[in-house]
Amino acid sequence: MSQETAVGIFDGTQTFPRLLFHHAKVRGAAPAIREKDLGIWQTWSWADVAERVRALACGLAALGFQRGEHLAIIGDNRPHLYMMMSAAQCLGGVPVPLYQDAVAAEMLFVFQDAGIRFVAVEDQEQVDKLLEIHEQIPQLQHIIYDDPRGMRHYNQPFLHDIHELMEMGRIHNRNHPDFLDAEVAQGQSDDVSVMLYTSGTTGQPKGVCQSHGAFIAAARGSMEMDKLDPSGDILSYLPMAWVGDHLFSFAQALVVGFTINCPESSDTVTTDLREIGPTYYFAPPRVFESLLTSIMIRMEDAGAIKRRMFHYFLGIAKRCGADLLDGKPVSFGDRVLYGLGNLLVYGPLRNVLGMSRIRVAYTAGAAIGPDLFRFYRSIGINLKQFYGQTEACAYVCLQPNRAIKFDSVGPPAPRVEIKIADNGEVLVKGPMLLKEYYQRPNDTAESLTAEGYFLTGDAGFLDADGHLKIIDRAKDVGKLANGAMFAPNYIENKLKFFQHIKEAVCFGHERSMVCAFINIDMGAVGNWAERRNIPYSGYTDLAGKPEVCELIRECVEQVNAALTEEAMVADSQIHRFLVLHKELDPDDDELTRTRKVRRNFVAKKYAVLIDALYSGKPSQFITTEVKFEDGRRGQVSADLKIIDAKTFPTVQKAA
Amino acid sequence: MSRTIGDVILDLQNISLRFGGVKALTDISFDVREHEIRAIIGPNGAGKSSMLNVINGVYHPQEGTIIFRGQERKKMEPHQAATQGIARTFQNIALFKGMSVLDNLMTGRLTLMKSHFFEHALWMGRAKKEELEHRKKVEEVIDFLEIQHIRKTPVSRLPYGLQKRVELGRALAAEPSMLLLDEPMAGMNVEEKQDMCRFILDVNDQMGTTIVLIEHDMGVVMDISDRVVVLDYGKKIGDGVPEDVKNNPEVIKAYLGAGH
Repeated sequence: MSQETAVGIFDGTQTFPRLLFHHAKVRGAAPAIREKDLGIWQTWSWADVAERVRALACGLAALGFQRGEHLAIIGDNRPHLYMMMSAAQCLGGVPVPLYQDAVAAEMLFVFQDAGIRFVAVEDQEQVDKLLEIHEQIPQLQHIIYDDPRGMRHYNQPFLHDIHELMEMGRIHNRNHPDFLDAEVAQGQSDDVSVMLYTSGTTGQPKGVCQSHGAFIAAARGSMEMDKLDPSGDILSYLPMAWVGDHLFSFAQALVVGFTINCPESSDTVTTDLREIGPTYYFAPPRVFESLLTSIMIRMEDAGAIKRRMFHYFLGIAKRCGADLLDGKPVSFGDRVLYGLGNLLVYGPLRNVLGMSRIRVAYTAGAAIGPDLFRFYRSIGINLKQFYGQTEACAYVCLQPNRAIKFDSVGPPAPRVEIKIADNGEVLVKGPMLLKEYYQRPNDTAESLTAEGYFLTGDAGFLDADGHLKIIDRAKDVGKLANGAMFAPNYIENKLKFFQHIKEAVCFGHERSMVCAFINIDMGAVGNWAERRNIPYSGYTDLAGKPEVCELIRECVEQVNAALTEEAMVADSQIHRFLVLHKELDPDDDELTRTRKVRRNFVAKKYAVLIDALYSGKPSQFITTEVKFEDGRRGQVSADLKIIDAKTFPTVQKAA
Repeated sequence: MSRTIGDVILDLQNISLRFGGVKALTDISFDVREHEIRAIIGPNGAGKSSMLNVINGVYHPQEGTIIFRGQERKKMEPHQAATQGIARTFQNIALFKGMSVLDNLMTGRLTLMKSHFFEHALWMGRAKKEELEHRKKVEEVIDFLEIQHIRKTPVSRLPYGLQKRVELGRALAAEPSMLLLDEPMAGMNVEEKQDMCRFILDVNDQMGTTIVLIEHDMGVVMDISDRVVVLDYGKKIGDGVPEDVKNNPEVIKAYLGAGH
């Protein structure tokens, strides 16, 4: 019965608080949230969660929280912080999750922009950050913290332990038993349910206001496509401020009614993953990549028999695994071998990865290498890609089961329309679009066309089957001096598919040739160097080793060879490159918090290196200031070698 | 700070310790008050570790009296010190290398276990209930020191800084009232030192544990200790709050040589 009720209630008037109390009624005893604490998984049932949310909401009301007001949320994925989101929504308020690793100065902007009076934080670390900027945000009135550790000597009256808030709320609830239900009943589906700040690759971050209806529509669409059900489990470990986590861990969990699991700490995610064995999993490509890298490194240390067995069966999986998952015809012999491989290799491997129970796994946020993607699918993990912006609840395209194309993000999701503008930009329309940018009517107007399509800013095209293929950010697509198209992201992604390359930045707009900065992957290259007995002292030293430069040159040349096969980008082969002496880092403003390269900033900061690349110099000395995690500053300097890569003549294919 | 420094709980009077003809400690007197952080500093070979070993009951001084919580003690073995609530860490890490972090911490609970050897071996009687209680306490220590991610990792696979932290964890698992730390920050990088300082201060503040530590990093010592005693060639040459010790000419001489 419960399942039908859950689906039957989508009449377009739902809000998240109503969904929560609905689940508490129909599946009150089922687990809603788990958290590992003191080494043991603690469970809150839907009824427990509803009770706590009620208490928290009443507590907030008692502190003077108003309808429509913002509640900032800062911290790792903690059950109480998710509950605070619901609590704010119950009162018609808007949770505003922030990235927990941002420094105080970065948070300041959001606090001022959103006029935040109330904030819920995880622990002392976040409280300290807020106290640091407290004088600049006079409107801030209440800080509620979850973890009391280290807070004993903080006696500011505006600090509240979350348990005290709950107690306060329970008393309030006893005195005004009808208060909260009336508040929840006032909520409308098109009220703003959450405000997520865009990462701000360009300029200041913008607050994206999303309604209950939009996120419910997005969550419902994925539920229908992937047949999610309340028995599922998901590990919630990605930043709460990121639209993906809000969709998966909050919206979908409340729409479908599955269980979210919060890891013990950010360092224990791999272990927790294995213990929970989620049925539904999301990770950005780099997580899948580092998992694969660690497996491969460990396999190199295994005995000869195991190693040969592993590689033999991986070969089988490569040949037929993905086809089996897609339900395509596979010969009887291969089926038998795959079955054996499943018993000996794939099954145990999935178990080690914590993916034995996975029904659907998703990746997005960046392009995933075809080899990487195929690897996971071939060992029987139904890994798929989706595509979507914060402004579209991360819900635009989903790859459907059994129709996966490696280089596309799939056809439009249910109830989403896609159109390609004349300049190649992808336009989308549907119930999941943003209500507005917070206090930026001009930006809101500019982001939408007259027909109500949202301008994604991505350049792409629909292929013959109606699957969307993304090339690059529309504004990044430039032209080489000879007029050929230059899509830096496209080339960078090809480079990043090599395990030794962590990050790449290509230049070429209005220039005669393409040049690149490369960041090596410390783990993979470090291991590679150790196996070859190449000593190194640290990142800068390793990056400057001639052997490493040679290794990267081989990668670059392989990319060049691959580029010749695609007529549109054949002119974008990389002529010269250098290996950067430091990792690009969000703390140095070179990457956004979601780890996307801030291209213009990097180009400006390292202008001297770009000049060296294009002026034909063999090397260039550079000193760069770096910020450490504890706020101290230091300098790294190095003499960077500039390396010429081999380019290939373009293969002219007969049209 | 709500932490209030209490009465003297450990009083060392005229301690002398000899190994044959070698005088390790000569006529040293100082005391440790409840809830304070007391540092012992001095150049190499000054007798700092010997001093700790005297407090701990490993060495028995030929002369002098030790009064711990109002009771004079003449001869005491280390395990008696442990049952009286004194725990310690070592200059060279002394963990069980092949055992996991969790198991190492569980050994810290040994003196508090009441059930019999056979009850444990056969998993009977009180053993199970007791083990659960001890495990809970150990988990609290793990949470306190933020080492959840290495709970099941064998100690030998951990980097040095983390091993030091695990050793502190094992000492904390015994719920000591007095903690002796022998160079807790030796060989650590800046970040690890910062973490360790924070843990020591937190232990002192939140659990009220009295701490006696030996440390070479003067910055750390001057920052976190309430009082400092300075040894040189087995003799006490200074004693007092960090500010006084810093300006004591004898101390400056011992550290920088006579010429300064």
